[in-house]
Amino acid sequence: MADIQEKIAKLCPEAQFDTTGELLLVTVADEKWHDLAKALKEQLGFDYLNALVGVDWKDSLGVMYYLTNTETQDMIHVKVATTDRETPRLHTVSDLWAVANFQEREVYDFFGIEFINHPDMRRFFLRTDWVGYPLRKDYDMDEKLNPIRLNPEPNEDDTYSLVEDADGNLKRIDKKVFGPDEYVINIGPQHPSTHGVLRYRTSIEGELVKKVDVVSGYIHRGIEKLSEGLTYQSGLLYSERMDYMAAHMNRHCLCLCIEKALGIEVPHRAELIRMMMDELMRLSSHLLSYGCLTMDQGATTAFFYPFRERELVYDIFDKNCGARMSMSYDTIGGVTMDVQPDFVDDVRHACDVIEAHIPEYHKLFSKNVIALGRMKGTGVLTREQAINYAVGGPTGRASGFHCDVRKTHPYSLYNEVEFDEITYNNGDSYDRYMLRLKEMEESIKILRQCCDMMEKEEGHEFCAKVPKLIKLPKGHWYQQVEASRGPIGVYLESDGDPKPFQKPYRLHYQSPCFNLIGVVDLTCKDNLIADLITITASLDYVIPDIDR
Amino acid sequence: MKWEDFKDNEYIDQLLAELNASGTNVVVGKFNQLLQWGHANSLWPFSFGTSCCAIEFMCLGAARYDMARFGAEVARNSPRQADYIMCMGTITYRMAPALVRLYEQMAEPKYVIACGACTVSGGPFTKSYCVVKGIDDIIPVDVYMPGCPPRPEAMFYGLMQLQRKIKISKWFGGDARKEKRAKFFEAKAQEEKDAALRAELMKAAQESKEPVLDL
Repeated sequence: MADIQEKIAKLCPEAQFDTTGELLLVTVADEKWHDLAKALKEQLGFDYLNALVGVDWKDSLGVMYYLTNTETQDMIHVKVATTDRETPRLHTVSDLWAVANFQEREVYDFFGIEFINHPDMRRFFLRTDWVGYPLRKDYDMDEKLNPIRLNPEPNEDDTYSLVEDADGNLKRIDKKVFGPDEYVINIGPQHPSTHGVLRYRTSIEGELVKKVDVVSGYIHRGIEKLSEGLTYQSGLLYSERMDYMAAHMNRHCLCLCIEKALGIEVPHRAELIRMMMDELMRLSSHLLSYGCLTMDQGATTAFFYPFRERELVYDIFDKNCGARMSMSYDTIGGVTMDVQPDFVDDVRHACDVIEAHIPEYHKLFSKNVIALGRMKGTGVLTREQAINYAVGGPTGRASGFHCDVRKTHPYSLYNEVEFDEITYNNGDSYDRYMLRLKEMEESIKILRQCCDMMEKEEGHEFCAKVPKLIKLPKGHWYQQVEASRGPIGVYLESDGDPKPFQKPYRLHYQSPCFNLIGVVDLTCKDNLIADLITITASLDYVIPDIDR
Repeated sequence: MKWEDFKDNEYIDQLLAELNASGTNVVVGKFNQLLQWGHANSLWPFSFGTSCCAIEFMCLGAARYDMARFGAEVARNSPRQADYIMCMGTITYRMAPALVRLYEQMAEPKYVIACGACTVSGGPFTKSYCVVKGIDDIIPVDVYMPGCPPRPEAMFYGLMQLQRKIKISKWFGGDARKEKRAKFFEAKAQEEKDAALRAELMKAAQESKEPVLDL
C-alpha cells in the first residue's frame, strides 16, 4: 500500500492520503482528478472501476471511486468533491473507464452533479420531468412536486453534454439521442423477452442493430433512499428485493459489510450455512437462467426441465428459512435460525439430482442447430471490453476475465474449499450459456465439500452476540461478494450519529446487472435484431437489480 | 383448506345476493351460466411481471404447480389476447402510464389481479418517493393477493376466487364491469375534486387567520 501511495504522491503532489480506513483513501481536487485518473489507469494499472458512489456530505457533494488493479488485485478509493451545491460539476472519467458512463448518469439523476465532457447527460432512473434530486439530504418529498403522472414522458430524445475547451470554458451542447434519419424501434417496457420492465430504443438498418439506447428505471423503487430511513437490521430486507435470484448473496454482502464495520466475528457454523445457501441460490439462479434463455429461443420444452430441479432447492429454503423466496435468512452476526437436522441430507440429494440432470440439459439444447446458429459468434465481448465495462460474473468469465470474487478476494470460507474458476475465451452468447452450466457443477462440488464440513462441524452457535442497537463509528466501508450475476458491492457510510437508533448515512449497492446493461449496446451492435433477444438473455440480467 | 374457509368471502356473497335479487329469464340465465363456466375455466393471464412475484408465477406454470389444471396456463404477452392482468411486482411512477395504457388496450371483459404486497399497498416500498401505493390508485382491482411474494398455493387461491367471481357475474344484460369501471374513475375524480376543495378551504382559513371552526 505504501508503495502505491508513494507512486500516487509522485504523480499528483496535491493529493491527500488517509490510511486509517480499510483501503487507501486518496482525496484529490476536481481540477487534478482527470489527469490523476488517467495516470492511475495507464501507469499504475488500475483498470477496473468497481464502484462509483455519489454521496451528499451536506457541506459538499462528491463521488467515491473504487478502483482495482486486475493484475495485483490492489484496491484503492478516491474521493472527489465539490462545495458548490447550486451547480455542482465534476470531470467525467467515462472516457477512461467505459462503465462510468451509466454510473455518472445515475449520480446525475440522484444528486444533480453534472459531469463535464460526459457524452450523454440525461436522467437514468427517473422520469425526464422529475423535479429535484432524491438522494440529496435536502430533497423535498412533497407529493405535489412529483405526483403520479400518466402522460408520456416529454423530451425523451433530448440530451446534452458540457464540453470544456482548452481554456477551461464550459459550453453546453444540446443534442438528440437518435438522428433524424435513423429508424428507431421500441422494445419494452412490457416485453416478454426483456425479462422484466426494461426498455430498449433500437436504431436499425435493414435487420442489423446500429445503436441500442437503454431506458431503465421502470422499476426504480428508491431502495437507497429508503435504507437511509431504517436501522441496520431492518434495512436488510431491501437487499433481497433487488436481485431476487441472488437474495442470499446480496444479504450476505450487506451483513458482511456491517459486521466488518462493527468488528464482529461470525461463528464458523454460521458462515458455513451462509456459504451453502449462497451456492444453492447460485444453482437456482443458473437453472432459471438456462430456462429463460432456452424459452427466449423458442425451446419451450427445455424451460420445464430446470424448473423441476429448482423446486428441490426451493424446498430446502422453505424448510430451513421459512420461505421459498425473500428468505430473510442471513442476519448481522450469523443466520436467524439454525438449519433443520436433515439439512445435509437434503442438500446432498439436491446435488445428486441436479448433477444427474445436467447432461440432460446439454442433450436438450447445447447441440441444437438453432441454438448453435443463434449463439455461436454473436454478442462477442472481449476481455479488454469486459474489464473496461467492469463486467464480472459469468459474463466476464466467458470472456476470459478472471474476476471471481470468491478467488480474488476470498470471503466467508471460500479459501477452505476447492473449486475451479471456469473461464472461456470467445466471449460470445454460447460461451456464456455453457459457462453457467459448467459453473453449476462447481457449485455442486463446493456444496458437497460443505456437507462434509457440516457433518464434522462441532460448533452449535449460529449467530454471534450482536448489540440490539447497532451503532457504527464514523467512517465508510466497502464489501464485495460474488452474486450469481457478478460481484455485488455494498458501500456503507456512517456519520457516527450518537442517537439510539442509528441509520446508515449512505448505503449504495453496486449491482452487477447495472454493469451488464452497459454492454448491451456494445454486444448487440451489427448483430441481427432477432439476436438482440438471445444476447440479452445470455447476459442474464435481473431488472430490479439494475434499477434498485 | 376447508370448503367453509374457501367460501368465506363477503364480497362474492354480496355479488351473489345482488344477482339473485335481480332475477332473469330461465333460458338466458342457463346460457349465461354456460358462458361464464367456460370463461372462468379458460382464463388467459396477461403476465405483467415486474419483479420477484414473476418468478413464482413461472413456478406456477412449471410442472409441480401446473397452472394448466385451471385452464390458465396460456400466459399471453399481448393485452389484446388476455382475460386478466396478473400484475406482479412494484409499480413505479415511471411504469404507471404504461400499466394504465396496457389495461385500456385489453378487450372486455377484463379483470385485474394485484399479486404481491407491492401492488396491493406499496408493500415494503410504501415510503418511497416513486412507488405507486397500491395499483388501485390507477386501475380497478378485482382480487388482491398479499404476500412477498405470495406462495403458489396463495396464487391459486386468488385465481380461484376470480373464477368464482366470474361464474356469478352476468354476461348478458347489465354489464357490471363497465359500470364498475365508470364508477371507479368517477369516484377518483370526485376524490380529487374534494381534496382540491379542502386544500382551498384550508388555505383560505390560514390566510384569513381566523380561528377555524371545527364542524
